[in-house]
Amino acid sequence: MIPGTFEYHRPKSVAEAAKLLRKSKDGRVLAGGHSLLPMMKLRMTEPSALIDLGAIAALRGIKKTGTKLVIGAMTTQHELLASALVAKNLPILHETAILIADPQVRYVGTIGGNVANGDPGNDMPAVMMALDATYKIAGPTKARVVKARAFYKGSYETALKAGEIVTAIEIPVPGKHGFAYEKLKRKVGDYATAAAAVLITLKAGKIAACAIALTNLAPTPLLAEAAAAALVGRAPDDAAISAAVAAARKIMDPANDTRGTPAYRKSVGGIYVERAIKRAIARAAG
Amino acid sequence: MNDMSPNKAEREAKLEGMGCRRKRVEDVRFTQGKGNFVDDIKLPGMLFGDFVRSPYAHARIKGINIKKAMKVPGVLAVLTATELKGVNLAWMPTLAGDVQMVLADGKVLFQNQEVAFVVATDRYAAADGVEAVEVDYEALPVLVDPFKAMDKNAPVLREDLKGKTSGAHGPRKHHNHIFEWTMGDKDLTEAAFRKADVTIKELISYHRTHPSPLETCQSVASFDKIKGELTVWGTFQAPHVIRTVASLISTIPEHKIHVISPDVGGGFGNKVGAYPGYICSIVASIVTGKPVKWVEDRIENLTATSFARDYHMTAEIAATKDGKVQALRVHVLADHGAFDACADPSKWPAGFFNIVTGSYDFPVAHCAVDGVYTNKAPGGVAYRCSFRVTEAAYCIERAMDILAKKLNMDPAELRLKNFIRRDQFPYQSALGWEYDSGDYHTAMKQGMEKIGYPALREEQKRKQADFKAGKTRDIMGIGVSFFTEIVGAGPSKNCDILGIAMFDSCEIRIHPTGSAIARVGTKSTGQAHETTWAQIIATEIGIPSADIMVEEGNTDTAPYGLGTYGSRSTPVAGAAIAMAARKIKAKAQMIAAYMLEVHEGDLQFDIDGFRVKGLPEKFKSMKEIAWAAYHSVPPGMEPGLEAVSYYDPPNMTYPFGAYFCVMDIDVDTGVYKIRRFYALDDCGTRINPMVIEGQVHGGLTEAFAIAMGQEIRYDAGGNVLTGSFMDFFIPTAVETPVWETDHTVTPSPHHPIGAKGVGESPNVGGVPAFSNAVNDAFGFLGATHIQMPHDYWRNWEAAKSLGLIK
Ligand SMILES: Cc1cc2nc3c(=O)[nH]c(=O)nc-3n(C[C@H](O)[C@H](O)[C@H](O)COP(=O)(O)OP(=O)(O)OC[C@H]3O[C@@H](n4cnc5c(N)ncnc54)[C@H](O)[C@@H]3O)c2cc1C
Repeated sequence: MIPGTFEYHRPKSVAEAAKLLRKSKDGRVLAGGHSLLPMMKLRMTEPSALIDLGAIAALRGIKKTGTKLVIGAMTTQHELLASALVAKNLPILHETAILIADPQVRYVGTIGGNVANGDPGNDMPAVMMALDATYKIAGPTKARVVKARAFYKGSYETALKAGEIVTAIEIPVPGKHGFAYEKLKRKVGDYATAAAAVLITLKAGKIAACAIALTNLAPTPLLAEAAAAALVGRAPDDAAISAAVAAARKIMDPANDTRGTPAYRKSVGGIYVERAIKRAIARAAG
Repeated sequence: MNDMSPNKAEREAKLEGMGCRRKRVEDVRFTQGKGNFVDDIKLPGMLFGDFVRSPYAHARIKGINIKKAMKVPGVLAVLTATELKGVNLAWMPTLAGDVQMVLADGKVLFQNQEVAFVVATDRYAAADGVEAVEVDYEALPVLVDPFKAMDKNAPVLREDLKGKTSGAHGPRKHHNHIFEWTMGDKDLTEAAFRKADVTIKELISYHRTHPSPLETCQSVASFDKIKGELTVWGTFQAPHVIRTVASLISTIPEHKIHVISPDVGGGFGNKVGAYPGYICSIVASIVTGKPVKWVEDRIENLTATSFARDYHMTAEIAATKDGKVQALRVHVLADHGAFDACADPSKWPAGFFNIVTGSYDFPVAHCAVDGVYTNKAPGGVAYRCSFRVTEAAYCIERAMDILAKKLNMDPAELRLKNFIRRDQFPYQSALGWEYDSGDYHTAMKQGMEKIGYPALREEQKRKQADFKAGKTRDIMGIGVSFFTEIVGAGPSKNCDILGIAMFDSCEIRIHPTGSAIARVGTKSTGQAHETTWAQIIATEIGIPSADIMVEEGNTDTAPYGLGTYGSRSTPVAGAAIAMAARKIKAKAQMIAAYMLEVHEGDLQFDIDGFRVKGLPEKFKSMKEIAWAAYHSVPPGMEPGLEAVSYYDPPNMTYPFGAYFCVMDIDVDTGVYKIRRFYALDDCGTRINPMVIEGQVHGGLTEAFAIAMGQEIRYDAGGNVLTGSFMDFFIPTAVETPVWETDHTVTPSPHHPIGAKGVGESPNVGGVPAFSNAVNDAFGFLGATHIQMPHDYWRNWEAAKSLGLIK
């Protein structure tokens, strides 16, 4: 449980960080370290350099600009939980963050690290897909943006190219909506056996808009588009919900691990989708 | 003088003796981070060792290349089996009469087996050195399933045993067979089964798990070439045994070996045995002439040092149709992994598994245990239980529930009907034990009343009807468990370790000013001996607990003892402490008589001193007597006030208890909620109720973990799937149920203070209570026996196999 040797840098700006990253052969940026360091201790990854983003003030903070909430990549899970702006505009982030790990991890684990990590067990990516968030990325040449919905390519494979750094996450603030993040885990501090994020808007007794995304039910987080489509335009009744659950189950492809067999995880995955839909509907109506 | 005078109560309170909820004195340092554990030991020039481990479960080693490793800055040496052969230490004896590779000799037999030991100037260099060692493996067929171990064409695991048709415990039937051990009367048992009204038979498996103490196994060895002396600090539950073993397998005489167990952060059986890490740190220190530290990480602890259980028990009960048990028959397939490294008393290859008749009056019984080798980590230690007692308790408590179901009888009622009655003690069990004392009916009835048993069964009936009517998807289970343990190993007539009788010992010295030091042969790994040993002495001789220092773990200063495991400390060392105290008290009485100018027989002990019978004002306190012991003893008497006692117990002790668990399970997700857990323990005389409750809370939490998901799981290739706390279930405070504790007191008749031991009861009795609750919940839907562990997904699988999931 001792990592290999590596250089350690602590730059003051994104530009400097990008430069260091470019210079190093296989360097990695270090955020909270709660995913990266365990892997280094197991020597599953052995980067030659760590570029610690901890001293870059520009990467921190939460602000509202127009209809968007912009969250700096180095904002910790704890800071999300403590933020009144988040509570008011994007309460689903609260509901999700409180289910991540434990207080110790949340004090240092960051939102940027959580979304950039690429582990299907991370909770924030599915939520970001449901919210249709955009990741702002700084790179060796020029800055760019990538939609959360287009970011996840495979287990630990993302749209991020070598030398790129996620600087912020931009999330459109939805109007009056219902939301829920339902997560089944074995214990505090565990990754999801299955989890679902749901956002719903009701209009005149019908579901006007809906987004559903799934955590740890496939090699990547999944946007369950057919499941959402099964609800939109319909009254929030059992038939519609069952159709949505069936559609969500269809795209699930969970791993066989100590959390259970794929059959089990698909089965409970559907149940958690159902619970999240029902809770989101109740909130949307309330 | 009125015996109940406030003065008397005050004097008694001041002693903080037996029965007092005295706060744990060791916690003053533990809660301030001032404990002194092995990894806190730092010696000048100290080196670090780290293991190269096998990624394969079974492979031949075709070569080990250490050239690159030796070039890593800071690496000083790499030990392999070749080097160890030079000092005759490539293999070591196990406590179970087998031998075990210290470093892989020609082949590896389990994943993460120790292959080479890299010694470097610091841990980081050692870890880099480990990465640089190149090992050439040739994979061999892997045997994981113990049920396939004795197949005709099963791979040969132990080539070193080729041609050996018998082992330490008798004949071997197959190249992967270790021993067969039987107990009881086979013919009479068969006869009883032939004429029985009702029989049940079930394979009840107790899966592989691990003690996983907070502190992993570690050691620091320092060999002084000039003096020829070896000092070893280590995480040892039995330091004296380690000293003797070290002397026997090295050429160092025992008086030149100093073994020290400093503070130990939990043991639970994991720290009884001898491990390759200890041996390698010692050899490395001898080779380099420098102190060498070895510290296991979590993954190494979970995957390489002793696991627990992996017992596959086929249990059969014969009974009359009105539920009187007639006979018990059990066959066990015991998976010991690659080497038989069980930590049992030497003559007991299956521990005390013959306690499997439990709390019930079986007229006849028979049990047979077959031990086999597989490509898994060696061990089979007693994880917070006396040797194989938790396996036995689980087996009989599940089997009784299965019988109850078959008879359509309430499981509590079936137990009440078959308990050994109070007037039958001392009771000779069909499998050879003499139970010392018990009052099972009282304990069971008290438990049933406190939990509100009849009302719970009523509620369960309603819930079952609701479930069948489709009104709920929750099922409710009530788990009943009534266990009898056998602890306090043990009488020399039954028990030894490598030929050393399993006594224990205490030395007490009273200082002139009336304070004292007591040294004991046991070693607390969290059980609060420093607190409770002092309480025994306080009550016995009337010196306040606060004035008594308790010391354990240093083989140079402590009298020889067999250590702490199997709930033996209180039954054996606790008795030695009381006996040593009584020797002191006897001498003190003589001194007091001399001081008071009366005959010894005219004195009576009164809380904290001696009083002349009939002349209450004539009194000498222990403090005064202590001073006199160093100043004015009676003519002809040696000065001083100290005593040593070595206690060979006449019998084991038999703690028991009634546990109840109420659980709800959502069949669609398998998610359970523990609604209530009630534990009544009878451990005889209670030395410190607060410490007892703490022990019960801890043991129940482990039992909860084991029953509900804690396992060491292998895939078909012999890869460990649960090698870290991400997957190996250690519950946090959030998951842990609320514990309701209770007690009755039935003292042991043969123990000087009547105490029986309690540390392990909750693990032993808790596991069946949880498992019975799950099985009870599913019972009305047709389940007979669902194997542990009962984690969410397996509960769902159970529901699915009963047709409850669409
Ligand atoms: C016990 C435990 C339990 C946990 N449980 C959960 C859980 O239930 N749910 C959950 O979601 N997570 C869980 N985690 C993971 C935790 O949330 C991590 O903090 C998170 O996954 C990564 O964030 P970090 O800031 O720690 O990133 P790091 O570990 O520092 O980095 C993770 C990866 O992302 C890269 N990276 C980090 N920041 C950036 C950036 N700005 N731009 C580009 N790349 C970047 C790093 O190079 C690295 O590859 C758990 C962790 C632990 C230790």
